[in-house]
Amino acid sequence: MKVEQISIFIENKSGRLAEVTRILGDAGINIRALALADTSDFGILRLIVNDVEKAKLVLKEKGFTVSKTEVVAVEVPDRPGGLSAILQALDAERINVEYMYAFVERCGGNAVIIFRFDETDKAIAALKNSTFNILEGERLYSM
Amino acid sequence: MFFNEEFETLPRPALEALQLKRLQAVLERVYDNVPFYKASFDKAAIRPGDVRSLDDLQRLPFTTKQDMRDSYPYALFAAPMEEIVRIHASSGTTGKPTVVGYTRKDIETWSELMARTLVTASVHTGDIIQNAYGYGLFTGGLGVHNGAERLGASVIPISGGNTKRQIMIMQDFGSTVLTCTPSYSLFMAEEAKVEGVDFKKLKLRVGIFGAEPWSEAMRGEIEEKLNLVALDIYGLSEIMGPGVAQECFEGKCGLHIWEDHFIPEIINPVTGQRLGEGEKGELVVTTITKQGIPLIRYRTRDITSITYEPCICGRTHARIARMSGRSDDMLIIRGVNVFPSQIESILVGIEGVEPHYLLIVDRRDNLDTLEVQVEVDEQIFSDEVKVLQKLSRRIEKEIKDMLGVTCTAKLVEPKTIQRSEGKAKRVIDNRKL
Repeated sequence: MKVEQISIFIENKSGRLAEVTRILGDAGINIRALALADTSDFGILRLIVNDVEKAKLVLKEKGFTVSKTEVVAVEVPDRPGGLSAILQALDAERINVEYMYAFVERCGGNAVIIFRFDETDKAIAALKNSTFNILEGERLYSM
Repeated sequence: MFFNEEFETLPRPALEALQLKRLQAVLERVYDNVPFYKASFDKAAIRPGDVRSLDDLQRLPFTTKQDMRDSYPYALFAAPMEEIVRIHASSGTTGKPTVVGYTRKDIETWSELMARTLVTASVHTGDIIQNAYGYGLFTGGLGVHNGAERLGASVIPISGGNTKRQIMIMQDFGSTVLTCTPSYSLFMAEEAKVEGVDFKKLKLRVGIFGAEPWSEAMRGEIEEKLNLVALDIYGLSEIMGPGVAQECFEGKCGLHIWEDHFIPEIINPVTGQRLGEGEKGELVVTTITKQGIPLIRYRTRDITSITYEPCICGRTHARIARMSGRSDDMLIIRGVNVFPSQIESILVGIEGVEPHYLLIVDRRDNLDTLEVQVEVDEQIFSDEVKVLQKLSRRIEKEIKDMLGVTCTAKLVEPKTIQRSEGKAKRVIDNRKL
């Protein structure tokens, strides 16, 4: 039910993002989705890739600090109010969304949103109860 | 102008005879009362009675800041606690500060030497001294205060900080003398400018600045911006506090060190050998009248030179040059002593933080700034921004709480801080002094 995301620490200076993408490209790793959180000093790059272990390995070899995080990919009906319904279901269970970002590809007619929750298992249960479709990692990496 | 003309102008042969007599007495005192000195003299195979000339002083072992830390808190005191009336401690040390105790006589001596110091800077009764050195464990505030009262000048014990109030008091109370760190004086000048205060309309005429390194260029800037004569003061809590040495108003060239109470030496900080007049080296001071905690050949780690040339002010006491640096890695940031090792121990104490750090010291808008760069490794890394920001705030807070110095913590990628063989480069000091 969970999807593995890698997070990379990058200093807020020119060329760092280019360096990360170059390393991944050279290793033949495909980026499926990404989000960048930034502050004035540093940024955290979050990626869904087709080969998590390899991506982690090559980035660490180049001296980057990398961590693996479990996130949840949820299918969202591509119509007004689609996302709102999901967030309401989570809010009813008092589950916090730490951050979220959209997946590039669609799944069937639906959009895909990546969520990072404070309580991942509880969130999955809440979403399932509300009959939202959660995507498996394997399916996502190869989309 | 003198405060104690007889002693300030004592001919050198008489001054040196007095020094020897007092040195011999203090050596007996520490040998009999301080186990540390008995052990260190015995180890060097020298007895107080072996010191028959001032040159013999060189045969005695040094006392270091580490010796003081090892003796925490009172083991170096040469007087029983019943005779100690005041305790101060040095600023900015993790865990164990260096502690000093004063007998009633010590406080009297300090007050007299500080009064001399003020007069040397042309201060007289009728002057209104705005004392913006910090009051508290730090010796700066109370040291200047006692001297001002001993002299009979009017002292405003405003202490450091609250710049707006400083400027208001300066205008409304008609302060004629300002005592603070040189960088703080410039900071006040900037604030005053913002508020439209013109120093030419104020009564300030002289400033006595110290507790941190500064330069001739800075003196020029302070004199122009604050419209006063800026003079250099030297002191350290281990030896006494402010008032160990003072630049005279008349000569404005070197700081007279009160030789009837202190014997200065300049040594090569590596070999420990004594250097000659005019040669640059580390200042070593022996206190010859202190009762509470007399120190023999205390290594100040401050770099200067000494001259015995007569001065136009008429004082016969030797002059030390403006401090030009340190012989160890101590940083003085806004008047606070900071050793990189202290920051390291704070970082190590924060869970998961590796001691790969770099300190960047700079001076912006006339105030010292400290940036602490810390490498982010897997242990402290989080995919959540708020977790990392919380870590930064925690580093800043712990350094502020432990050392009393404000800094900004900056998280950097691993391996961005240069690794070197042997001693790692921990400090980049960009201040132009």
